[in-house]
Amino acid sequence: MRDWTLKREWIYGWLLLLPAMVFLFAFTHVPAVTTLINSFFSTPRGRRPAKFLGLANYDRMLNDPVFWKVLWNNLWFALGTIPVSIGLAILMALWVNEKLAGRGFVRMAYFTPTVLPLIAVANIWLFFYTPGFGLFDQLFGALFGTAHTNWLGNQATALNAVMVVTIWKEAGFFMIFYLAALQAIPVSLKEAAEIEGAGRWTVFWKITFPLLMPTTLFVSVNAVINSFRLVDHIFILTDGGPDNASSLLLFYIYETAFRYWETGYAATLTVALLVLLSALAIGQFFFFDRKVHYK
Amino acid sequence: MSRPAFSLDRILNTSAAWALGLLWILPLAYAVWTAIHPAAFEARFVLTAPLTLENFVKAWQAAPFARYFLNTFLLVTMILACQFFLGTLAAYAFARFRFPGRSVLFALVLLQLLVMPDILIVENYKTMRMLDLVDTIPAIALPYIASGFGIFLLRQTFMTVPKELDEAARVEGASFMGILWKVYIPLAKPTYLAYGLVSVSHHWNNFLWPLIVTNSVETRPVTVGLSIFSAIDSGIEWSVINAATLMTSGPLLIAFLLFQRQFVQSFMRAGIK
Repeated sequence: MRDWTLKREWIYGWLLLLPAMVFLFAFTHVPAVTTLINSFFSTPRGRRPAKFLGLANYDRMLNDPVFWKVLWNNLWFALGTIPVSIGLAILMALWVNEKLAGRGFVRMAYFTPTVLPLIAVANIWLFFYTPGFGLFDQLFGALFGTAHTNWLGNQATALNAVMVVTIWKEAGFFMIFYLAALQAIPVSLKEAAEIEGAGRWTVFWKITFPLLMPTTLFVSVNAVINSFRLVDHIFILTDGGPDNASSLLLFYIYETAFRYWETGYAATLTVALLVLLSALAIGQFFFFDRKVHYK
Repeated sequence: MSRPAFSLDRILNTSAAWALGLLWILPLAYAVWTAIHPAAFEARFVLTAPLTLENFVKAWQAAPFARYFLNTFLLVTMILACQFFLGTLAAYAFARFRFPGRSVLFALVLLQLLVMPDILIVENYKTMRMLDLVDTIPAIALPYIASGFGIFLLRQTFMTVPKELDEAARVEGASFMGILWKVYIPLAKPTYLAYGLVSVSHHWNNFLWPLIVTNSVETRPVTVGLSIFSAIDSGIEWSVINAATLMTSGPLLIAFLLFQRQFVQSFMRAGIK
């Protein structure tokens, strides 16, 4: 009897999981595996089926200057946006957590970019960056008398311009998680430190910041994934240009697969992206593991 | 002794917080300014500038936005309904049933947090072509309806339901589906609300996959519609583009301003657990 109820529990469990698992496998796990398989094949064209190429696609990738360029762009993009967004997010959360005059407005201002579609955000910022006419040129022209700057059309500034938009969009999102974490820190800890004569700065670095570490781990893993996943604004702002100066890895995968229709090579690039993401995620866990203070 | 320092500190903090807040809201405020004024005032900020709704009318007439909105509405509703259904069943299995393969399957669910459908665009497009679903709304929705994040979130919530409640219902003769319906789902309502808000705003804003898998007015969501509208850079004024931009973000923005507290708390709740 006991054995039978046990088996029945198994069947219920499997049946409950079945529908979700079917879709999860169909659109996540199976495509991840077929991506790996297809990365060793040529792109099928018309009636010509895909041919096994061995490592030829990987060889091509390693010798593809555009691949290296977008890879470095993406790493620079991640390095440039993540620490700044996280720093701003902590600052915002600290402010909004205090009894500040007009706290409601300030919180709304920080968080609003998060609910806007990235593509819409890009439209607004595109106008800011317009040479001569845009807000930046008008502002800098009035302040320093500088000439027109083509922020998005210049190799040196295009990626940075895209990064500014990303920071603006993400900081408020990360703020929410820090706000939640701050509210969970017992006030007594802070008070005890203040009685001991610790200043605000000391309290932050010795108490608040270490207690925020689990949140920082969570946020930074999310931020890394986002920095490889979110490319919507590039379509509007620069289209990857000029000369791939602001292209990111996923954008290059999109171009390869859906503009040049080289799906075999795009699969190889996707494998590179997946390997990179996994390595970064695992690396972050090890890096933070020693620093995270769990309750 | 520390009193004056404290208040100076407070003033500095408040003004810095406000300065950053104003800087942060500036792009949106600017978009609103150009959208509600005639094109001549795009870069001239005078308080006496006449107000107009003409930019919105022009944008609405220049592209089939009504259809785009309908598509987006159908899309987010379809995704949310399926995510709730599949996620609830799977989370219930993980939270309350013991069966072989449970931890392996749970690890595979969590793997989706890293290996997301957003990245697997090439293979998912092939699948859609194989299923003959390219350029349909279900094709946009399908890769997202089994959400690892959603299953995880609901499982964490279901785990907090006291076992006694579960057992009491069982003693009263409720079936295992009855227990899910009468005990677990009602207790998880806040999680459903939180997850629902996150999911709707996420899929309302999604762009890359819909761009790839749609190519007609009948299927395009607003984000893709907006990108096509603003990409025709010949002749369309900035004020009209900004009006269209605000229009597409409008429903979410209004919902956010009305339910700000719930929205922020939802995102918080969705994030912590």
